[in-house]
Amino acid sequence: MAAAMRRLLRAGGRRGAALVVAAGGARSQTLRLIYTTTAAWKKNVAASGPEKYTEAFIKKQIEEFNLGKRHLANMMGEDPETFTQEDIDRAIAYLFPSGLFDKRARPMMKHPTEIFPEQRKIQWGEDGRPFHFLFYTGKQSYYSLMHDTYEKLLNVQKHQDQMAAQDLPPQKEKKNLVGSRWLTKTELEEMLLEKLSDDDYSRFIQLLQKLVTSPCGNIEENYIKKFSREISAQLQKVVIEPLKHDDRGVAFSTGEGERKTSRATVIVYDNGTGKITVNGIDVLHYFPVLQDREQLLFPFQFLDRVGKHDMVCTVSGGGRSSQAGAIRLASAKALRSFVTEKEVEFMRQAGLLTVDPRVKERKKPGQEGARRKFTWKKR
Amino acid sequence: MPSLRCGHQNLLPQLLSAGGRFALRRHGCSYGGHGPVRKKMNPALAARCRADDRLLTEPLSQPDFFNVKELFSLKDLFNARVHLGHKKGCRHRFMEPYIFGCRLDQDIIDLDQTMDHLQLALNFTAHIAYRKGIILFVSRNRQFCHLIESTARECGEYAHTRYWQGGLLTNAPIQFGSGVRLPDLLIFLSSLNNVFEPHVAIRDAAKMNIPTVGVVDTNCNPCLITYPIPGNDDSPTAMELYCKLFKMTIIHAKDYRKQREVFHELQSKPAPSCRGASAPPRGPADGR
Repeated sequence: MAAAMRRLLRAGGRRGAALVVAAGGARSQTLRLIYTTTAAWKKNVAASGPEKYTEAFIKKQIEEFNLGKRHLANMMGEDPETFTQEDIDRAIAYLFPSGLFDKRARPMMKHPTEIFPEQRKIQWGEDGRPFHFLFYTGKQSYYSLMHDTYEKLLNVQKHQDQMAAQDLPPQKEKKNLVGSRWLTKTELEEMLLEKLSDDDYSRFIQLLQKLVTSPCGNIEENYIKKFSREISAQLQKVVIEPLKHDDRGVAFSTGEGERKTSRATVIVYDNGTGKITVNGIDVLHYFPVLQDREQLLFPFQFLDRVGKHDMVCTVSGGGRSSQAGAIRLASAKALRSFVTEKEVEFMRQAGLLTVDPRVKERKKPGQEGARRKFTWKKR
Repeated sequence: MPSLRCGHQNLLPQLLSAGGRFALRRHGCSYGGHGPVRKKMNPALAARCRADDRLLTEPLSQPDFFNVKELFSLKDLFNARVHLGHKKGCRHRFMEPYIFGCRLDQDIIDLDQTMDHLQLALNFTAHIAYRKGIILFVSRNRQFCHLIESTARECGEYAHTRYWQGGLLTNAPIQFGSGVRLPDLLIFLSSLNNVFEPHVAIRDAAKMNIPTVGVVDTNCNPCLITYPIPGNDDSPTAMELYCKLFKMTIIHAKDYRKQREVFHELQSKPAPSCRGASAPPRGPADGR
């Protein structure tokens, strides 16, 4: 438990101390304290070099973690058997509240396999002979991958020659590459546990492309699948909610909008006379300025439904202009339910459905405002 | 003065062990200033040492112990186009002794000399493989990269047909980790790199006292290679022939070694059972 608490404190600070068992000799093991910063976790630690933590060390850490988990469950008054990782996170957040912005800097208690990344073990046996036949190249996993991929390519070419010899037409079915992407360089590094250069990565991808685009490339589909990932549909279809009906049978729809720091919620009723109420106050009293009322009217004008809807709005935050803009966006979103898809598309193209991203720019030091500089004096 | 003498004595093993580093390392005898110290070894250890001696000295009894001459003939070399060199303009000055002649501007390599050199090289490779040495196949010819890597994998040895990083041999403890074992033989199936300059590994192996075997074409420099083999390194048939020959020698040598080890083990096994009767009287004597 003490060691687990040490690990918590270590993970909690920006500078933590890690206990490392030096794998100097097979028999002798010395404990060395090394200081690590959280900045080091951004690098691909798995590929940085041979293993720094021995198997025995990792095993001990796992035992300590399990013990600590049980202690924590007892402390929180919960059942140790059914204490999940989410419960651990909640308990730690409760016991060690931290206001640090970076989530990775906050105290955490995770399974050692997540904290100590997987690293390559010693590459040779007792007699000194390396296990892998490409060990002396320095990048054994990468070059063995290239070797295997080239072998697949030769296989495909041989198959092609056989088909040509038998006068059979080449297979026309091509794998659809649209919904898939190749592995990124980081993903490949994680897979191989080795650092790669950009050149190496691009060569590998070129070889894969050659394999895929060759006529009989379908034979090696299983092999190629290991290196491609599906891209999930990026455009999420926006669901337009159907119309709801209140007690009187009148159809209505709600919408939410924001602009700068204002947030507005709007309920648009059908069969109305164009009456608008904001925070319980009539629109003429709430927005005395014509410009703001014009903003509120714009969606209805655009759809030619000026006097046909009633609106009840609640708005908070910001100033008068930003509140007007927030209500405009909210009412446009609510009107989508009343209108055809084509008109929704027109509204989108007119910019009625887009959140205005402009916010107040921060003031910079050495300047008077966001852009304004101090008065320049020649002398 | 004593320190100088110690230094001299310590250098001797290294100077003598050009080919047989394991024999001396295995003995573990200390070459001190006052002659070899004979430690009192127990009989089992002594027997094992003698068996090891026999294992290692047995192949040294004949010049062509592994019979590598049988693996190839001049006709095979000719059919594999080993005699074809580059054009006269590419000729390297030091390759002139190995060239038979020049026809229509193309150099022809003397296959008789090639036969002798090939026999020496294969014999040496067999001895290294017999002594469980690490063999590294090196070539920078992209056309045969896959073939050479497959050959190395099939005979259980190692290959490097990719970009040679500077400190692989000279800076090995830092590149690979401390305690790494370097190759005991480098076989160059093409001694030039992609810019037609001598491969860096030839110079590095010479620096690290690692013997090299290399196929030298008419545009190569055979100087630093311990066992050069003048021959063609550009034709697919020639490369396939070399790969086949090296693979066969290495596999035969390793199989022979396994056979001898099993044989010696079987020989030494009945020994403890017949020595068991005489052990008890010796035991107390050794204890006192």
